[in-house]
Amino acid sequence: MPAAEAVFRQEFAVKGGDFAKAGVVACRIKELLKDLGLNAAAIRRAAIAAYEAEMNVIMYAWEGRIDLAVSPGEVHITVDDRGPGIVDVELAMTEGYSTATPEMRELGFGAGMGLPNIKRNSDVLHIDSRTGEGTRLKIVILTNGHGTT
Amino acid sequence: MIALKDVLALLDGELLTPSTAPDVAFRKVFASDLMSDVLTSAEPGSLLLTGLANAHVVCTCSVADLAAVVFVHGKRPGQNVVGEAQTKSLPLIATKMTMFEVCARMAGLVEDGGHARR
Repeated sequence: MPAAEAVFRQEFAVKGGDFAKAGVVACRIKELLKDLGLNAAAIRRAAIAAYEAEMNVIMYAWEGRIDLAVSPGEVHITVDDRGPGIVDVELAMTEGYSTATPEMRELGFGAGMGLPNIKRNSDVLHIDSRTGEGTRLKIVILTNGHGTT
Repeated sequence: MIALKDVLALLDGELLTPSTAPDVAFRKVFASDLMSDVLTSAEPGSLLLTGLANAHVVCTCSVADLAAVVFVHGKRPGQNVVGEAQTKSLPLIATKMTMFEVCARMAGLVEDGGHARR
């Protein structure tokens, strides 16, 4: 699903370890999608997927970029980070599996639901991770009412 | 529907965000200190009961479309968090009751169809 025909596009920077700004990008994405007039269910799914992805960059990576591209019927969220990568993607997709630190858990995150919840709230999820280099998530949310939540 | 004013009365709560709409109502209640669980399982429009009092609570509720928050066990968020909630029109309530007490009382309110027992 190419996003070349995007009618709206914006990129956001995310800094690893910057817990004070956690959620800022997801909240901004939600506002932008509201302004674009998407349906509430699609906005919620996109915002939750973006929030989980943003938290993953903050918790585990050194830095990252989140690219939002909206085209008729689709929202594309692409997250590129520079970081340790995911050693075992299949294991990381298991609900409850987590490598979070106690500090992350004290903030209410790191329950091992991030990637599974991104998958749950997206129609397409591609994960490409290279150990020691970083991870790319390609998330697509269909906005025509065919979503699962 | 459960009205915010009934929750305030039942929990002897304090509304921390006086500028938010007083006529908020909800059908469901979700209790958790884990924002991961809220993002995974809470239904849109629910009332959140939590012992976590940081900025992530407001952000999570905004992203997941929750209607209001009750901070239990005397937990109070900082002024920056309250300000952010007011900006997002998210009512915040503080109560000294424990999570167990709050859940027990809210369960009664849900069973009564939203009419507070006084």
